[in-house]
Amino acid sequence: MIYFNNVSKVYNKKSVKDSVVLDDITLTITSGEFVSIVGHSGAGKTTLVKMILGDEVPTKGTVFFESINIFKIKNNELTKLRRRIGVVFQDFKLLNNKTAYENIAFAMEAVGKTNEEIESDVPHVLELVDLSAKMFHFPNQMSGGEQQRLAIARAIINQPELIIADEPTGNLDAINTYEIVQILKKINDLGTTVILTTHNRGVIDSIGKRVITMEKGKIIRDDKDGKYTV
Amino acid sequence: MVMIDLKRIIKAGFVNFARSGIISWAAVLVVTITLSVITTIILLNAVLHSSLNQIKDKVDVTIYFVVDAPEIKINSLKESLEDLPEVEKVSYVSAEEALKLFRSRHENDYPTIAALDEINSNPLGGYLNVKAREVSQYESIANFLKGDSALVLGSTSIIDKVNYNQNKIVIDRLNNIISGAQRLGFLITLILIIISIIITFNTIRLAIFISKEEIGVMRLVGASKSRVSGPFMVEGAIYGIIATILTLIIFWPVTVYLGNKMTNFLGLNMYDYYVSNLFQISMIILLSGVILSMISSFIATRKYLNK
Repeated sequence: MIYFNNVSKVYNKKSVKDSVVLDDITLTITSGEFVSIVGHSGAGKTTLVKMILGDEVPTKGTVFFESINIFKIKNNELTKLRRRIGVVFQDFKLLNNKTAYENIAFAMEAVGKTNEEIESDVPHVLELVDLSAKMFHFPNQMSGGEQQRLAIARAIINQPELIIADEPTGNLDAINTYEIVQILKKINDLGTTVILTTHNRGVIDSIGKRVITMEKGKIIRDDKDGKYTV
Repeated sequence: MVMIDLKRIIKAGFVNFARSGIISWAAVLVVTITLSVITTIILLNAVLHSSLNQIKDKVDVTIYFVVDAPEIKINSLKESLEDLPEVEKVSYVSAEEALKLFRSRHENDYPTIAALDEINSNPLGGYLNVKAREVSQYESIANFLKGDSALVLGSTSIIDKVNYNQNKIVIDRLNNIISGAQRLGFLITLILIIISIIITFNTIRLAIFISKEEIGVMRLVGASKSRVSGPFMVEGAIYGIIATILTLIIFWPVTVYLGNKMTNFLGLNMYDYYVSNLFQISMIILLSGVILSMISSFIATRKYLNK
C-alpha cells in the first residue's frame, strides 16, 4: 500500500552531517497492517509519516501510495489523496473555533458528503468515541483525552484506507492512552491500515504487532511481532 | 454540489465572523477608518471643486468697443466667439445699457452724473463679457481677438480695449493655483488611499495569521483551497459591509454639523451634498470596502494554502 524507495531528507545542505533527518529509507507497508514506528525524539518518525501526507518533500527518493507517486501529483490530486487518509496528531490539531460536531462535519464537507449524511453520521461517530455529551462543546472546553478521541473520530469519519496516528498518546495520561490504543486496534480490526508513531513502551508492548525502530533517520530494526527495544 | 459548497462557505463565513469576536470587530474598525478616509477625500474633493469653480466663475474677459462700433460687427464677433469650443458664455451689453448701468452705479455721485449730463451724448461703448470653460483658455480667446481682421473698421479697430492683458497676471497666477491645488489634491488622495489599503491589508493579514494553524489542519483533512479560503473571503465581505454602514452613520451627524456651521467657510452645504450624493458615496465605499477586504483575505490565506 505504501512504498518508500531510498528516501532521504536533508534539512540544511551546508552541514549535511547534522541535518540528515531521513537516511536512505526503504520500507513497505501492506494494506490492513498495524505498524508502530518507534524511536527517540528526532529519529525521523514524524518526517516519515508527514511524507505520506505530502506535507514533507524528500530530498531524494520516492514515496508511493498504491500506484500514486505522492510528489509527482498536482495540488488538487494531493487534496484527493489526503481524503483517503485519516490523521491523528499529538497536539490534536482540531479546529478551535468549531464545536466537536462541526469539526467532524467539516471533514465530511471536505469530501463532499451531503447534509443528510453529515446529520446521521456525526452523532454516530461521536457516540463511538464516547463524546455524545460533548457534541456542542468547543475543543478548549474538553480534556486532552476527549480532544484526542474527537481527533480520532474526525480521522475515521470518512472511512479512510489508512490512519496515521503521530504520537497520539504523547499528551495523555495512562487511562486515556489505553483508551486511544484500544480505539486504534478496533479500527485496525475492521480492516483499516494504521501507522502509529510513539515512544511509549507500554503502548507498543500492548499492541503486539509490527514494530519499526528508527534511530538518527535510519531504520535499525523491523520486527513482525515486535516489542519496544530502543 | 457547487450550490451546497457555496452555502456552506457563506454560512461558515458568518459563523467565523461571529465567533472571532474582538478580532472581527478590530478588522471592521480598521476598514471603517479606511472607508472614512475615502469618504473624507470625496467630501474634500467636493469642497475643492466648488471653491475652484467659484474662483473660476469670478474670472472673465471683457471686450470694450469704441463708441461708434457698429452693432452688426459686434454681433458677428459675438457669434464667432460663441462658436469657439473654449467659450462657455458670451453676454453683450450695448452702449445704452452700459450707460444705464453706469448711471445707476453712480446715482449718488452727483458731479459724475452732472458731467455726464453736460456731455449730452453717450461717451460709453458697448462691451462683450466672455466666459471661458477653463481659466487656461482665456489666452487663446485673446489671441483669437488679435487675429480677427473683421474687427477693423476702416483703419482702426472697433475694439477699444480687452481687459485680458490687464488681468493676465492674475489669471495666470490663478490658473497655476488651480492646477497646483488639483495636483496636490490628487497626490494627497493617492497617498492616503495607499496608506489605508496597507493598514487594512495588514490588519486582515494579522486576523488570518491567527488562523494559520487551522488553515493547515483544514488542508490536511482534505479540504480544497476554495473551501478553506472561501469563508475568510466571506468574512472580508462582512467587514466591508458593516464598515460601510458604520461609515455612512458616522458621516451623517458630521455633515449635519458642517452644513449648519461651516457652509459659508466651505462654500458648499456639506449636508446637502452628502444627502444628494448618498447613493454614489455608498456605492463607492461599499465596493471599496468589500473588494479591499476580500482581496486582502484572499492574498493572506493564499500564503498558507500551498501546503
